Amino acid sequence: MIAQHFPILQVVLPLMAAPLMVLLRRGAPAWLLAVIVSWTGLFISLSLLAQVADGSVISYAIGSWPPPWGIEYRIDRVNAFVLVLVSLIAAVVVIYSRASVAAELPAHQHYLFYSLFALCLAGLLGIAATGDAFNLFVFLEISSLSSYALIALGRDRRALMASYQYLIMGTIGATFYIIGVGLLYLMTGTLNMADMAQRLAGVTEVRAVLAALAFITVGICLKLALFPLHLWLPNAYAYAPSAVTAFLAATATKVSVYVLLRFYYSIYGESAIFYALPMGQILLLLSLAAMFIASAIAIIQSDLKRLFAYSSVAQIGYITLGISFDSVTGLTGGIVHLFNHALTKGALFMLLGCFALRLGRIRFDNIGGIARVMPFTSFGIVLGGLSLIGAPGTAGFISKWYLVLAALESGQWWIALAIMLSSLLAVVYVWRFVEAAYFREPDAKTAQLKEAPLEMLVPALLMIAACFYFGLDTTLTVDGAARAAQTLLQGIR
Amino acid sequence: MTPAATILLALAVPLIGAALIAAAHRAPNVRETITLVTAGILFLLAASLTPLVLAGERPEVTLLEMMPGLALKFKVEPLGMLFGLIASGLWIVNSLYSIGYMRANNEKHQTRFYVCFAGALASAVGIAFAGNLLTLFLFYEALTLITYPLVTHAGTEDARRSGRIYLGMLIGTSTVFLLVGIVWTWQLAGTLEFAVGGILKGRASNAMLGVLLALFIFGIGKAAVMPFHRWLPAAMVAPTPVSALLHAVAVVKAGVFSVVKIVVYVFGVEEISGLRSVDWLPFISGFTIIAASIVALRSDNLKRRLAYSTVSQLSYVVLAAALLTPLSIVGAALHIAAHALGKITLFFAAGAIYTAAHKTEVSQLAGIGRRMPWTMGAFAVGALSMIGLPPAAGFISKWYILQGAMGTEQWNAVFVIIASTLLNAGYFLPIIYRAFFVAPPADGHGHHAHGEAPWPMVAALTLTALGTVALFFFPEVPLELARQLAGV
Amino acid sequence: MTIAGHFSYWITIFLAIAGLYIVIARGNLIKKLVGLGIFQTSVYLLYIVPGKLIGGTAPIIAEQYGLYSNPLPHVLILTAIVVGVATLALGLALVVRIREAYGSIEEDEILDLDKTPVFPNTATSKPA
Repeated sequence: MIAQHFPILQVVLPLMAAPLMVLLRRGAPAWLLAVIVSWTGLFISLSLLAQVADGSVISYAIGSWPPPWGIEYRIDRVNAFVLVLVSLIAAVVVIYSRASVAAELPAHQHYLFYSLFALCLAGLLGIAATGDAFNLFVFLEISSLSSYALIALGRDRRALMASYQYLIMGTIGATFYIIGVGLLYLMTGTLNMADMAQRLAGVTEVRAVLAALAFITVGICLKLALFPLHLWLPNAYAYAPSAVTAFLAATATKVSVYVLLRFYYSIYGESAIFYALPMGQILLLLSLAAMFIASAIAIIQSDLKRLFAYSSVAQIGYITLGISFDSVTGLTGGIVHLFNHALTKGALFMLLGCFALRLGRIRFDNIGGIARVMPFTSFGIVLGGLSLIGAPGTAGFISKWYLVLAALESGQWWIALAIMLSSLLAVVYVWRFVEAAYFREPDAKTAQLKEAPLEMLVPALLMIAACFYFGLDTTLTVDGAARAAQTLLQGIR
Repeated sequence: MTPAATILLALAVPLIGAALIAAAHRAPNVRETITLVTAGILFLLAASLTPLVLAGERPEVTLLEMMPGLALKFKVEPLGMLFGLIASGLWIVNSLYSIGYMRANNEKHQTRFYVCFAGALASAVGIAFAGNLLTLFLFYEALTLITYPLVTHAGTEDARRSGRIYLGMLIGTSTVFLLVGIVWTWQLAGTLEFAVGGILKGRASNAMLGVLLALFIFGIGKAAVMPFHRWLPAAMVAPTPVSALLHAVAVVKAGVFSVVKIVVYVFGVEEISGLRSVDWLPFISGFTIIAASIVALRSDNLKRRLAYSTVSQLSYVVLAAALLTPLSIVGAALHIAAHALGKITLFFAAGAIYTAAHKTEVSQLAGIGRRMPWTMGAFAVGALSMIGLPPAAGFISKWYILQGAMGTEQWNAVFVIIASTLLNAGYFLPIIYRAFFVAPPADGHGHHAHGEAPWPMVAALTLTALGTVALFFFPEVPLELARQLAGV
Repeated sequence: MTIAGHFSYWITIFLAIAGLYIVIARGNLIKKLVGLGIFQTSVYLLYIVPGKLIGGTAPIIAEQYGLYSNPLPHVLILTAIVVGVATLALGLALVVRIREAYGSIEEDEILDLDKTPVFPNTATSKPA
C-alpha cells in the first residue's frame, strides 16, 4: 500500500524532484515537474489530514527502525493542518510563478529557481512532518539554505545583501535551536519528541532543561521573526523575486510558529518547568510590541513590499499573542490566524508581484492612479487589505474574533482593546494604498501599463476569494485549529 | 414563496441589480431602468413580508454557520420590518431623484455610483433583517465600506479628506468599541441572538452592563452620538442623493436602528430600566441633541445645517431608547420613520436648489421660494416635521417620546425635547421665511433665470413631502410595528 | 566536579561567545562568516564531548571491550558539519556576488552605497 508511506512521500517527492530539475536544465519541464510535485503533495497532505481528523496519530518509522531509535515521522492533527497549509500555498504559488519568474529572472536561472523552490518545499514539509528534534534541524537548514538562495535571485542587488543578512541571522537562529536540542539530548538521552516529552514530564527545576527552553525559544523566534528578532525579514521580503516572497511570507514563518508550538506544548507541555520561566508574559509583551511598532513602521514605508513585510511582522505578533494566552481559545485563535494570515499575505504578495511585473519596484510615488490601468490587481489588494484589517466576512475577522475572545476569557480586557487599536493601524496602511491607487491621476508612464496576465492574476484572486470563503465558512479552519489546539493542550489539561 | 425565500431574495435582489447595473454601464437608460426596477422589486418583497410580521409571525432563515454556534442568520421582527420598508421604499424615490441630479450635474462615474448604491441597500437590508449581533455587525461594516466610494465620489482632495474622517471614525468606533462589546456579550451570554427580553439577564453585573452599553452606544458610530459625530458633516461632500438616502436614511438609521435593537433585544428594556450604571445615556444623548442644534443654528451652509440637524435628530431616537419606557420605545421606532421621510425631503430640496440655482448657503436663499415653489413648499413640510408640528409625521413620534418621558417623570428629557424644539424652529423657520417673504437681492448677483430643478427631482421631493404628511394622518402600519416592538 | 573538570564546556562556551562576537562586531562579510563558523563549531563540541567516555572505545562488539563511547553524537555532528559546510559555501558565494555588485565586502560601505544611489533607477537594474 502506497498510502501508508504518505508521511515520508510528502517530503521525499520534492526532495527528489529538486536534483532532477537541475539535471533537466530547462525551465519549462522543471516547472512542470514542480507543478506535479506540489499538487501531489497537496493531495497527500489532504488525505493525511482526513486520516488524523478523528484524533488518531500516524507514526511512520523511517527505514522501519522503530522509534525512539530510528527517526519517526509523526502526523497528528496539528502538523497535518500545517502540512495542508504549506502544500496548498505551494500548489497555488507554483502556478503563479511561471509568468512571474519568466519576467523577473534570466532564462538560464529558471530551472534553478524551481529546483530551489522544490528544496524549500521539501524542507518546510519535513519540519512539519518529522517527530525527531535533530531531523527537524536538518530540514530547517534545507529550507533556510534554499530560501537564502531564492532571495538572492532577486533583481535588485540589495537582494544579495538581504540574503546575506538573512543567512547570518538564520544560521544563528538554527544554531541556537541546535544548542537547545543538544542540551535536551544531554539531559534526556533521546531526540524523539514524544519520548523527550515523557522523560521531561517528571522533571522540575533542572537548569539545563530551562536553558534549553531559552535557547530553542530564541532560535525559533529568530526564524519566525518575532519582534525584535525580525530585522532580516523586511529586506528579504522586499528584494526577493515576487513568487519567492509570496511563498515564504505565507509558509516559512508559519512553519516556525508550528515548531514553537510543538516545543512549548508537546515537548515541554507536561513539564512543570515550562512555567518556571514567564514565557507567557514575555511572549505577550513582545507580541504587543510587534503589533504596534511593526504596524507603525509599516505605515511610514514608501516601498509597498516593505510595507507588507512589516505588516507580516505585526501579524506574526497576533499569532504569538494567541499562543501567549495558553488557553484553547487563544491557541485556536493563533493557529487559525496562522492559516488565515498565510492565505491573506500570500495573496497580497502575489498581487504585488503583478505590479512588480509591470513596474519593477513598487513605490507609492509610482503607483498613483494605477487602479485605472490595473483594476483587478488593485481591487484584489484592497480586498486582501480588508482581510488584513479583519473586516467581518473575511478570514482575518475570524482570527481577530478568537483572539479578542481569548483576551476577554482571560480577564485581560485591555488586550482586547489593544488588538482592536492595532488593527486600526492596518486600516491606515491599507488606506494609504487605496488613496494612492484610486485618488491620484496616473502619470504618463503608469497610464500605459496593462493588467497582469491571467495566469498570475487568477491564482492570486483565487487566494483572495479563499480569504472571503474562510471568513464565512470556517468548518475547515476553525474546527481544524480548535482540534489542533485541543491536541496540543491535552497533555496539560 | 416562503418567507425565508423572500428574505434571501430581498438580500439578493440589490446585489443582482448591482451586477446588472455594472453590466449595463454603456447604456445609461437601461442602467437607470434597472436601478428603478430593482428598487421596486425590493420594496415589494419587503411589503410582502409586512402582513406576516403584523400578524405576529417572525420569519427567520439561517444561511450558514460562520463559527461554532454563530450563524449568519436573518430574522424579521417589527423594527427591522419598519427599517426595511423605509429604506427600500425611499430607494425608489431616491433613484428617481438621482437620475435627475446626476444627469443635470454631469457627474462622473455614474455607473460606480449606482452600483455602490445598490450595494449599500443590500447592506441596509442585511442590517434590518439581521437575526443576531454577528450578522448585524457584518452588514454594518459592509455598509461603511460600500458607502466609502460614494462619499469620495468627487475624487477631489476635499473628498479624500472627508473619506478619511468618514472611514476612520466609523471603522474606528466599530472595531474598538462595538466588536469588543459583541465578543464580550458572546462570552457572557453564550449567544448573540436577538431575543425578546434580552439575553444578558443574570449574566452580567450592573457595572458590566453599564460598560457594555457604553461600548455599544459609542461603538455604533453611525448613530452619531457626540463625540463621534464628525463623520456625518464630513460625508456631506458627497453628491446630494447620497446625503439624502444614505446620510439621512440608510446609514444613520442603521445606526440608531442598531441602538434601539440592542437596547430592546440584547439588554431588555425591563432588565436595565432604573439601573444606576446606565442612567448616563439620557444625558449624553440630550447633550448631543442640544449641542448639535446650536451648531446647526450657526451654520450658513445648507447641507451642513441639515447634517447637524440630523445629528441632533438621531439622538432623539437614542434618547427615546434610553428612557427605557414602552411608550418612548414606540416613539423611537416612529421617529426613525418620521425623520427619514422628513430629512430626505429636506436634502432633496437642498440638492434641487443646488442643481437649479447653484446655491449652497442659507444666506443666498432670499426669495427663492417664488422661483421654486414646489421645492420650497416641500422643504417647509420637511421642516415642520423636524420641529415636530402637525400635520407632519415628526409630531407623532415626538408626542410618544414626550409621553414616555413625562410618564416616568424624567424631567431632564422633557426639558431637552422642548428646548430642542425651539432650537429646531430657530434654524428652520428663518430659511422658509427668507425663501418666501424676503425679496431677492437686486444687485445682479441674485437669481438668474432659473425655475424648478429637472422634473424627476421635483417629483421625488414632492412624493416624500406628501409621505411626511400621509404618515401623520395614516400612521397605522408603523405604529402597529412600533407597538409590537415595545410590547404595548 | 570542579571548574577544571568542566573544562570542555568552558571551551565550548568560549568558542560560542567568540564566534558570536565576531559576527556582531566585524563589518567584513568574510570575517562574519568566519565567526559564524566558529560559533557552529562550538556546537559540534557540545555534542561530541559528552559522548566520550574516558577509556571508552568505538562501539564495536568484541570480547575485550566493555566500555563504549556513544556513537550517536558523532553521527549527528557529521550531519551538522555538512550543514555547516553548505551554509559557509552559500555564504561565501553570496559574498562573491556582493563584491561583484558593489565592489566591496565591507558592510558599512555597502549600506552607504545603497543609501545614495547615483541615479534613482540604476539601483533597480540587474547587478552587473
